[in-house]
Amino acid sequence: MSQPERRSPNPGVRRTVVRSVATLVGMFAFAFALVPLYDVFCRVTGINGKVDTTAQALLHEGVDDSRFVTVQFITRNGAGLPWNLEVETHQVRVHPGQSTEVGFTFHNASGEGTWGRAVPSVSPSNANRHLRKVSCFCFEEQHLEAGERLELPLVFQLARDLPPEVNTVTLVYTLYPVDREGAARQARVADSKGGEA
Amino acid sequence: MAPKLPLHHPVQQSSTASDAGQASAHAAPPRGLMRWLLTTNHKEIGSLYLIFSLTMFFIGGIFALVVRAELFQPGLQLVNPEFFNQMTTMHGLIMVFAAVMPAFTGLANWMIPLQIGAPDMALPRLNNFSFWLLPVAFTLLLSTLLMPGGGPNFGWTFYAPLSTTYAPPSTTFFILSLHIAGISSILGAINIIATILNMRAPGMRMMDMPLFCWTWLITAFLLIAVMPVLAGVITMMLMDINFGTHFFNAAGGGDPVLFQHLFWFFGHPEVYIMILPAFGIVSAIIPTFARKRLFGYASMVYATAAIALLSFLVWAHHMFVVGLPLAAELFFMYTTMIIAVPTGVKVFNWITTLFRGSITFEPPMLFALAFVVLFTIGGFSGLMLAIAPADFQYHDTYFVVAHFHYVLVPGAVFAIMAGVYYWLPKWTGHYPNVKLAQWHFWLSVVGVNLTFFPMHFSGLAGMPRRIPDYALQFADFNLVSSLGAFLFGASQLLFVAVVILCVRGGEKAPARAWEGAEDLEWTVPSPAPLHTFETPPTFQRHEH
Repeated sequence: MSQPERRSPNPGVRRTVVRSVATLVGMFAFAFALVPLYDVFCRVTGINGKVDTTAQALLHEGVDDSRFVTVQFITRNGAGLPWNLEVETHQVRVHPGQSTEVGFTFHNASGEGTWGRAVPSVSPSNANRHLRKVSCFCFEEQHLEAGERLELPLVFQLARDLPPEVNTVTLVYTLYPVDREGAARQARVADSKGGEA
Repeated sequence: MAPKLPLHHPVQQSSTASDAGQASAHAAPPRGLMRWLLTTNHKEIGSLYLIFSLTMFFIGGIFALVVRAELFQPGLQLVNPEFFNQMTTMHGLIMVFAAVMPAFTGLANWMIPLQIGAPDMALPRLNNFSFWLLPVAFTLLLSTLLMPGGGPNFGWTFYAPLSTTYAPPSTTFFILSLHIAGISSILGAINIIATILNMRAPGMRMMDMPLFCWTWLITAFLLIAVMPVLAGVITMMLMDINFGTHFFNAAGGGDPVLFQHLFWFFGHPEVYIMILPAFGIVSAIIPTFARKRLFGYASMVYATAAIALLSFLVWAHHMFVVGLPLAAELFFMYTTMIIAVPTGVKVFNWITTLFRGSITFEPPMLFALAFVVLFTIGGFSGLMLAIAPADFQYHDTYFVVAHFHYVLVPGAVFAIMAGVYYWLPKWTGHYPNVKLAQWHFWLSVVGVNLTFFPMHFSGLAGMPRRIPDYALQFADFNLVSSLGAFLFGASQLLFVAVVILCVRGGEKAPARAWEGAEDLEWTVPSPAPLHTFETPPTFQRHEH
């Protein structure tokens, strides 16, 4: 190692700095890469209640009459969308393997037509991959005119390999505005002005 | 690498090096304010860091005392809840980023070149820049308190969406100030790594370095690995707030839990950034005053490295209640508990160093011993929190507050004070006033325990964190905590008095100010001249 000289960094210092800066840039990029990685990880493992938003085929595997599972439905309004989402029944008792249809009613309570979307979440998370949605309004965005009511079905099936310790599955739908017409941004501005009640 | 030198070589502190301070005066160095603004000298920059940190320690301390004054009795007396939230948030931010971290960087600036026999840091001008970023960053941060809507009020962990959708308008300034502080830490870390790897005295191998250098080297690697992640997270917040992105907003497909993952991926290594240099300081002080070699030098180095590596695998233990799958709860519970092993190795080594030592209780030793005992208490409550099912009860209660204050106040802060008392004779040429230092020590120890010990009980009884008012059953514990906090706060004025008196005069200290001190910094005169080791010293290898 050569003697360190003041004011003119020796090659070792230069090398250390270059490597450190490369690590820094890499870690900064890694932080952003974690966003899609996290999403993919949650979808693959089915944790965090993240649900596939594509239709799944009905499994013809016969109905497991030996057990009942309670499926609960909860609907919530996200900030900034003046819609109501109602479900015809708040819970159903089904056998694994059985396909069930439940009706949901969307209502636009505001005076103008807007785009919205119902985002699903399943808990417990280990039931996530066993709840198969054959047909769901949550696969696409909805447009409702002022005061319009729209009834849409959910057809689902619990796969027979649902873990035995799961007796209740809760499906939560949260309504969010869709940013097609800048609706989300306006809603957020209005929200931060009004504050959370 | 450096050439191998014979083992039994006397330390040569040539007279040219010790006189260099007078000899190598530059042509008309700037005076007054400009001298400090433009200095590239590691000792001056180290002093600036330490003075800045002490100032911020008092500002953050005043915020803490506002919190404790409000909690002195149940009900709302002094401040409204909005301001209370700003106080808890600012206390945390200032203490973490402006008091503890710059204090360690200041000690590193002062001591690492002296301990490895280098004339200065590797990148002196960068060093100046990284210090002067700090006053900018924290003036900006403190100024948010005066902005419309107030300063940050979402806790020092600034969880989204509290810090994005529901945040005060000043949050953008908070983000900028944290960016600047982060750049400062990163530049400081690069400088420390470059110095340690490239500028050691001829003959000094890595495994010959004092542990303070080792722990700081590992800390600097942690900083380089995680500060960019913090920068990434706050950049995402910035974009969510101002540019309509939805990183943490479920409405746009984002995920608030992702914020917590990213934050704690930075946040947990950050916890070790604040404690590893403390381990290094204590590992220097205990052997000095026990008059024995440090027991298990190599195992100390490996334990530090092990803690640093494990710190990347434990982040979700801060998130046991967000609804992690069982497998994740178990994984993070076990990895967290494994950290107790290398930490236990360290505590074992300190105690074994003390065993059959010829111990004296000078002020630095008092603080170092209190560190070992009280930090271990904080470590034990950390183990309790690591148990995932138990954490469901403890989460967000005062038990957590008690835990991290035990590891940070009598942990990190006591170690910094121990370091200051230990190296003050080297910096000023005078010993600190022993009587005053003892008063400072005992009042601090009593104050710390009065403040934080009752928080274990109020937390276990269910008192939540970050609230301005509480149920009547917690009144007695909070009264004791508040009294202790004011005692601790007031006793820090003694610390300032000791430092000022020590700068101005006192008993003269020789080059080797402490009888049992072995490292290279004790071969230069006290006070250390402005320029040291311009001729590299010849290093004599100890048998570790």
